[in-house]
Parts: sequence; C-alpha cells; structure tokens
Amino acid sequence: MSLTVFLNSLPGAVAQGLIWGLMAIGVYISYKILDIADLTVDGSLCTGGCVCAILLVNGVPAWISLIIAFLAGALTGVVTGFLHTALGIPSILAGILTQLMLYSVNLLINEGKALRPVNRFSSKEILFSSNDKLMSIVIPLAIIVMVIIGLWLFFYTEFGLTLKSTGDNPDMSRAQGVNVNFNKVLGLAISNGIVALAGSLWVQFKGAADINDGKGAIVVGLAAIFIGLSVSLKIKPNFVVSLIGVVCGGVVYYIIYNLVILLGVKTDYLKMLSAVIVALFLAVPYIKSEYFGKKKHITKVSGNNRSGGNENA
Amino acid sequence: MLKITNIVKTFNPGTVNAKTALNGLNLELKDGDFVTVIGGNGAGKSTMLNAIAGVWKPDEGKIEIGGVDVTNMPEHKRAKFLGRVFQDPMKGTAPDMEIAENLSIAARRGKKRKLVWGIKRSEREEYKKLLATLELGLEDRLSSKVGLLSGGQRQAVTLLMATLQKPKLLLLDEHTAALDPKTAAKVLELTDRIVNENKLTTVMITHNMRDALTHGNRLIMMHEGRVVVDVEGEEKKKLTVEDLLGLFAKASGKEFSSDRAMLS
Repeated sequence: MSLTVFLNSLPGAVAQGLIWGLMAIGVYISYKILDIADLTVDGSLCTGGCVCAILLVNGVPAWISLIIAFLAGALTGVVTGFLHTALGIPSILAGILTQLMLYSVNLLINEGKALRPVNRFSSKEILFSSNDKLMSIVIPLAIIVMVIIGLWLFFYTEFGLTLKSTGDNPDMSRAQGVNVNFNKVLGLAISNGIVALAGSLWVQFKGAADINDGKGAIVVGLAAIFIGLSVSLKIKPNFVVSLIGVVCGGVVYYIIYNLVILLGVKTDYLKMLSAVIVALFLAVPYIKSEYFGKKKHITKVSGNNRSGGNENA
Repeated sequence: MLKITNIVKTFNPGTVNAKTALNGLNLELKDGDFVTVIGGNGAGKSTMLNAIAGVWKPDEGKIEIGGVDVTNMPEHKRAKFLGRVFQDPMKGTAPDMEIAENLSIAARRGKKRKLVWGIKRSEREEYKKLLATLELGLEDRLSSKVGLLSGGQRQAVTLLMATLQKPKLLLLDEHTAALDPKTAAKVLELTDRIVNENKLTTVMITHNMRDALTHGNRLIMMHEGRVVVDVEGEEKKKLTVEDLLGLFAKASGKEFSSDRAMLS
C-alpha cells in the first residue's frame, strides 16, 4: 500500500467518521449521561436511514427527510423508554426488544427490499454523496455543529440539568422532585433521534438504505466514545469538549478502519476489530485497578454498611 | 404538619421472608416540631421515613403533609414538601455534577423546570454565601464536581440542598452515621442551626441516644413498626439514657438491643 492510496482514502474515511461520530453523540447521551447501555441504536440507525430513503425516493426535500428521520428515531427511543420505565423491563433487554421490533419495521419501511438505492436521483435531491468529497465532509460537519450547540444549550437549562442528574444519581433526582422515568424516556428519545439522523446521512453517503446497516452500531459508537474521551477528558472534562472528542473518536476509528481495509483485511472480519477495541477500552481501566493499582474500593456506603435496604429500618 | 394514620407495610408478603416493617404506625407532628427517632434493629425507623418520602406505597393507612393527602402521590411529586438527607453520603448528591449544579437543581425542587439557563449569575453569588456558612471552604469550589468532596462535605451540601427550598418537613435518616465523630458533630451542629434558623419541622433518626436526647424538642422510640415511647418538651429535657432504656423495657417488654446503638 502506498502513501498516496492511504491519503486518497482519507476524505472518505473522515466523512464516514463524522457520520458515525454523530451517531456516537447519540450513544454518549444514553450511555454516559443516562447511564443506560441502549441497544436500540442498532435498529434506530437503520430506521433513520430507511425513513430518509423512502422520503427521498418520494420526492420529499432532503432537509425535511432528515428532520422526519430524527423524529422516527426519537419514537424508537420512546418505545424502549416505555418498555423500561412503564413496564419495568431491564433497560438492556428493553433495547434488544425494540431493536428486534425495528428489524421488521425497517423492512416494512424499505418495502421488503434489503437494499433501497437513493442515488439514482440527481444531486439536487440528496444533500451529498460519497462522490462529492467536499460536501460529504461539510454537510455532516455542519449538522454535528448544530447538534452540539443544541445539546449544549439544552443540557444547561433548568430542565436539562435534571436529565444529567437522572443518570448521575436517580435517588438524589427523585428526592429533588425530578421525574426520573420521564427524563429517561426523553433522554432515550433524543439519543435515538440523533442516531437516526446519523443513519439518514449514512444512507445518502452510501447511496442506499441497507436493512443490515446498524448491526453493531452500539459497539462502533462506544469505540468512538472511548477513543474520544481518552483524549478529551485529559484536555478539559466538560460537556462540549467531550462531545467534540466523541466525534473525533469516530473519525479516528474510521481512519483506522480504512487503514485495515487497505492492508487487505476482508471487511467481513472488521466487526471483530470493533468489538476488540471496545472490549480493550472497557477492560483496561479494570485491569489497571484490579491487578496493578492500589486496591481502591469504591465505597458506596461508607461506615455502617447495612444490607437489606428499606427493610432494615 | 405531618399526620401518619395507621400505616402498615409488609415486605415480601406471602413468602417465608415476609416482614411487617410498619404495623399500624401513628404519628402526628406539629408545626416546628423537631423529633428525634430511636429504636433497635428492624424497628421501622427508616421504613417510616421512606413511607413519608413515598419510596413505595404503604399497604394500608394514610399520610398527610401539611393537610395534603400524599398517600398515593409519587415520590418525585411529594418531593416539593420534603427535604431529605440520607445515611449514605453518596446518595444525596450527583457526583459527576458541579456543586453549583447540584444546588441549582435543589433550588428548583417543586417548581416548574423551564428551558431557561440552569444557573443564574445572581444564584452563584447566593450559593457562595450559603456555602461559606458551612465553614468547609466550599465557597470557592462552586465549579468542583461533588464527587471530589469528602463524605462530610457531601452531607453538608446535601443538607443545604434539602433546605434551599424551605421544606414543610425535613427528613434526616441517620445522616451522620457514616461520618467520623468529628465530622458527625459538625454536621449535627449545622443541622441544629439550619433547623432553628428556618423553624423547620424535622424528623431525625439517630442511633446515638445522647444525640437523640440533646437535639430537638421531642423524642420517639420505635419498636416493631410502632411508636412505643413519645416524650416532648420539659419531660424530654430531663430524660437520661438510663431513663430511655427503662422506658423501652417497659414499653416493649424487652431489653433494648441494637448492634449499633450508642448509649452514650
């Protein structure tokens, strides 16, 4: 592989990285802020893409298609949130159930086709395609900037702060009059809305809505989060810097991904790579503290530790 | 201010582990009462506070706060009446959020939370002054994450959060039990000051009999899910630890026993 081949692949890798970085922002909201490993995203990414594709094919303007795709994604988050909060299903299982439902729903939206092309239309109808290297970076970037500004404004409002506290400490939140269940549903809606938005950009980049898109999306999202936060938290641990870090994590991930492809690894094997990256990032802090660092017990209840909770009055 | 009528709560009903934690509990607090609660293991002290706070619904009975029937009101809704400090210092604050953010969430308890900026500049000044009264050096650390504070500092901040919006009722669930003696004394002193300044109606569970005697104007002792001793005013002031043990033995027909109760 020559350097020029690698350099030529860079713009495409960056564009893909940005789109998946946007998706990782969605995952960040559920995983980092709400403290829920939400597997809905594997389905909602595809839902966003399928919704966008059917709208584009039917001549709906691209910007409107993006917004509707966002709303469709938000709805999938509401379903998971409902299963979790109102029906008491553990969050991880609630996500898996919605994901499975979405496979059928996505196939329905795609009118039974595994692949629905969108790029046979003129470039007026889609915002960008992978052929247009500049626009396929500029447009995702512009959307990311808007999303980050929107989230920054929202999460620092009176209401937005309670969304953060919901994930950080639900006991404290309830004691301060926060409707924890409502916040979880809303947070999952925002999270999956953003994921679906990324899905709709992905469809335009790829030129087709693929029913298999989104498989393992949560893992790619987490990889982007871990790569990004490993650097950004060292710079400044604040919300906006974290989000920018997460997007950069997505870009770095895709540059590595592209490099591995250029080295001749078959794309079929790359899911292994994603999973190993995430497993490593999850395992390293644990291994460090468990086997190498000083034993540092996280004392949830210091002092008189009592089991039995409410019962032991 | 608080009226608990005939509350019954059984955990794990219908199983071998069934335990009736509250068994026809009655308690009425007047406006401004500061009640200390003592009792042995499984007496129902924390269960009572959880019933008042709405952690779950009681099987029977009625709870009113300031004349409002809250028996079926969800926990987050009745929070507007209540200030709560937990035994676990980790439980009352959001560790990954700034001190100022924690306070600002507490300052809006029971109010409609809008889509306006979460902390006003004037608020920061106010928080600074309030934190300074804690004398823990927190007034210059408004932007610090609460997770970086010590247990005692977190408990003091939680106390401030519980009382930022003057609650109808302040619930303290052994809030000094997890602290070292010196810090515990400091937090207790702070509790007394805040309660007196705001004339708060307060329920404080403690495992320290001395603290139960020296704080508040009223003392109740619980046993098997009921109040078995209830003294107030001058009568309470004259009580000694020995008197308490005697009262308990008389009321329950048993020796007072608790793994953790401190008799002096």
